[in-house]
This record gives sequence, C-alpha cells and structure tokens, in this order.
Amino acid sequence: MTFPVEVMAEPWTGNVQPLLHEVYHALKRLLESGEVTVIDLRALPLAPGEEAKIEEKLGKGEVHARIDALGPSEIVETGIAGVWLVTHYNAEEEILGRYIEICRIPAILESQDQDIEYGMDDMEALLETR
Amino acid sequence: MANDKSLIEILKNRGVSRRAFLKFCTTTASMMALPPSMVPAIASALEKARRPSVIWLSFQECTGCTESLTRSHTPTIEGLIFDAISLDYHHTLQAASGDAAEHAREEAMKENYGNYLLVVDGSIPLDNPGYSTIAGISNLDMLKETAKGAAAIVSVGSCAAFGGLPHANPNPTGAASVSDIITDKPIINVPGCPPIPVVITGVFLHYLTLGTIPELDELGRPKAFFGQNIHDRCYRRPFYERGQFAETFDDEGAKAGWCLYKLGCKGPVTYNACATVKWNQGTSFPIESGHGCLGCSEPNFWDMGGFYRALSEPILDVHRAAGIAAAVGAGAGLAVGVVNQMKKKRAQSKHETVTVDDFKEEA
Repeated sequence: MTFPVEVMAEPWTGNVQPLLHEVYHALKRLLESGEVTVIDLRALPLAPGEEAKIEEKLGKGEVHARIDALGPSEIVETGIAGVWLVTHYNAEEEILGRYIEICRIPAILESQDQDIEYGMDDMEALLETR
Repeated sequence: MANDKSLIEILKNRGVSRRAFLKFCTTTASMMALPPSMVPAIASALEKARRPSVIWLSFQECTGCTESLTRSHTPTIEGLIFDAISLDYHHTLQAASGDAAEHAREEAMKENYGNYLLVVDGSIPLDNPGYSTIAGISNLDMLKETAKGAAAIVSVGSCAAFGGLPHANPNPTGAASVSDIITDKPIINVPGCPPIPVVITGVFLHYLTLGTIPELDELGRPKAFFGQNIHDRCYRRPFYERGQFAETFDDEGAKAGWCLYKLGCKGPVTYNACATVKWNQGTSFPIESGHGCLGCSEPNFWDMGGFYRALSEPILDVHRAAGIAAAVGAGAGLAVGVVNQMKKKRAQSKHETVTVDDFKEEA
C-alpha cells in the first residue's frame, strides 16, 4: 500500500539571513582585531530545517576533527575559512550543544595547560621506567 | 554526604581531562541559558565549587518531575552533577527505604544544617494530612521540619511551585505550593508539567557554580529559562502575524504548520524555554509537534478555561454547564463530561468525526 506524500510549504523564522550577517561581521572583527565570536545555535528560535539551511549555505571546508571527551565532539571548518561548526554530543551521541565559532581555531581543539602538566607527569613516569 | 573535594578534583580523579571539563562548562553555559562568553567564568567557579548536600522531598506528585530529571538528555553530565551535588535523600530514587532512609535524611540535615539545598516536588495537602504522608509523617510537617535548616528551596514542577493538578478546581485535598507554606527561605520555582529536564539541571548547576540563586521573576522563576514567553520565541509566530491559523488539527493550515492560537495554544501567556531549549534531546516541543502550548509553567493552568479554547474566547461553556449542573444537582465538570461522553458514543457508533466545535455547540 502506498500513501501520497504532499510537500507543504516550510515554516520559517526569518533568522537565517540575519545570522549569516552576524557571522560576516564577526569574521571582519576576527581579521581586524583577533576577536573570537561564539554563537549558540540553541539560543535562537529556528524552524525545522533552518539549521540545516545554515549549514548548507556555509558549506564544508578542509578541516574535520573529532574529540572523544565525555562523549564525542565534532569540529568542522565550514567552507568559509574562520567559521567553524562545533557540535558536542554526550556518550549516547545525543546533541548537547551546537555552536558556530568564528575564530582561527576553536579553543576546545587546543591542548590545555593542565592536561600538558598531567602529560609531563606521565612522561616522567614513562622515562623512569624505561 | 557533602564532600570536601572540589569538583575539579573529583573530575581529575575520574580521569576527566581539562578539555572534557571545558566541554562540560560550554554545554553547562548553554543549559543555563548563559552566553558562551561566560564559559571562562563558569570554569573558574566550578573549579573551586564544593559539593552541596541536597535533600529531595516528594509530596503530592505523579513522579513526572523526577522522571524528567532522570531522563535529562545528558546522562554523563547528569552523572557528574549528581556526583557533584551529593543527593543525600530522595525517597523515590534511593535504595534504602523505611527507617534507614529517614535516618539518612536526618543525618544529612544535622551535618549540613543551614547549608543544604532542599528540593521539593509535589504539592502539599493542607486539608486532611492523610492525603499524603511519608513514613507516617505528613507532607506539611516534613516540609516545615526540613525547610528550617535549608539554605534555599527549589520547587520543582508546577505542583510544588503553584499547586499544580491537585490544586485544580475544586482542589479536594487543599493542595498548596511550597511558597504558600514557607515564607522565610529563598525559594526558586521551577514550574512545568514537568519542567524541561535541562532547566531543572541548569538551576542546580547555577547554584553549584555560582553559589547563588539565579535572578528570579515575580513568580520566583529563574529568568534565564522563564524570562521570555513561548509566543515571542515560537517559530510559528510569522503565521500568527499574517493571520494564518490552523482551524482544526487536520486541516491544510495544520498540515502547513500554521499558528495554533485558535486551537487553544496558551503560548502568548506562558513563560518557559520550550521554544528554544525544546524537549527530548532538543528534538521538538508541543507546538512543533502540532499541539498548542498548555501553559503548564503558569499558575492555575488547569483552570485556564480549557486546553482547546482560544485565549480570546470567553469561558461561557463552563458557566452554562454550571447552570445545567445546578438544575440536575451534579458537578459542573460532570455535566460537561456527560454531554461530551454522549456525543462521543454517538459519533463512535456512527463513525462520525467529532471536532472541537462540536463539543462547544453541544455545551
């Protein structure tokens, strides 16, 4: 048995264009002063499909990184250099947060000082036992 | 019991890296509806945070709020939170029961007097205390006794915050909210039927990270989550502005996702985070799923005239039903219910479609 599927007009909030403009201005500030901007996509009312539309417009770039820390996180540089899409998941791969970061590299990708210190402790133990 | 270790030490001992901690702080900021720029401040506060003791009391409730919290879509984070907050008593969740559980509560209260967080779900019956007791102690007595040493009280769910369903007309148990009874402690109301899971968690996190009560509105609700109304954040608002309304749940307007105002949506008078934070791991919320907002985070939402009656409609049917009820000596609700049941039975036998308008005409 088949059921006819009607494609209805999509609901929209009108927030896609203004958001893209915000990204553009943030990119300008990044270049001029190094200022980093993070936009929390959860804080904006977006109709079903609008988030995907934003992703589609920004496109995919050259960098795709994955972090495994308290569940996976996906960091993708979009087709616009300096505009990154960061998605945090929990251990059950449910989305915790989605952000557009306008920066040279998202802070979560950098190795943290505290972790480097722990790493040095591990190295010392490693070298002593070799 | 409350732990002297800071959260950062607890995390380190569990092998959680600084990077993972930053991820936790980032998603915490999002959960608390704070801007990403606050992440460093949250990280700094959490690093130094000590674990507060929490006592959770459940009164006249359906357990939906506890269910909502334990279904929080961040189980790893929630595990950390519960590790971080030291839940000393929750008579629904804890393994111990009877005397052992009550001793646990009393010990926690004594050891952390003046510093524990008291969480309450469910309303408190003021008529016959027998309506709801725990270990033979009435809800009213247990609340008063436990509130004495609390630093602050969180009323989780509309029942604890405003009286909720038990409080609905005619309020047979004399249900009251926590703030009706306790007037000398800071109270944070986290209403909703149930509240969104991450809203509950977000309030705990705020207390944990900043050690303070979040900024509250005139109904004692955290402004971070209840500061904007559903209507203002609803993605269907453009349809409202253009006068495009769904008239029934299955007409072309409904299928096109038009505004649900005429189908009883209480979005314009409801303050909550549903339209942005959403439900079920951010999947959707009632309006997005095609059903109007019930207004469940507002006081007396059960008595707001009906879930399927538009806000602009006067509540005539209830008065007419009350007139019928007076004539036949039955309760007003019973009269409307009987009429609707008759209509439904007739429709079922004839396989007719029954709409909301049919019920309105009948009444």
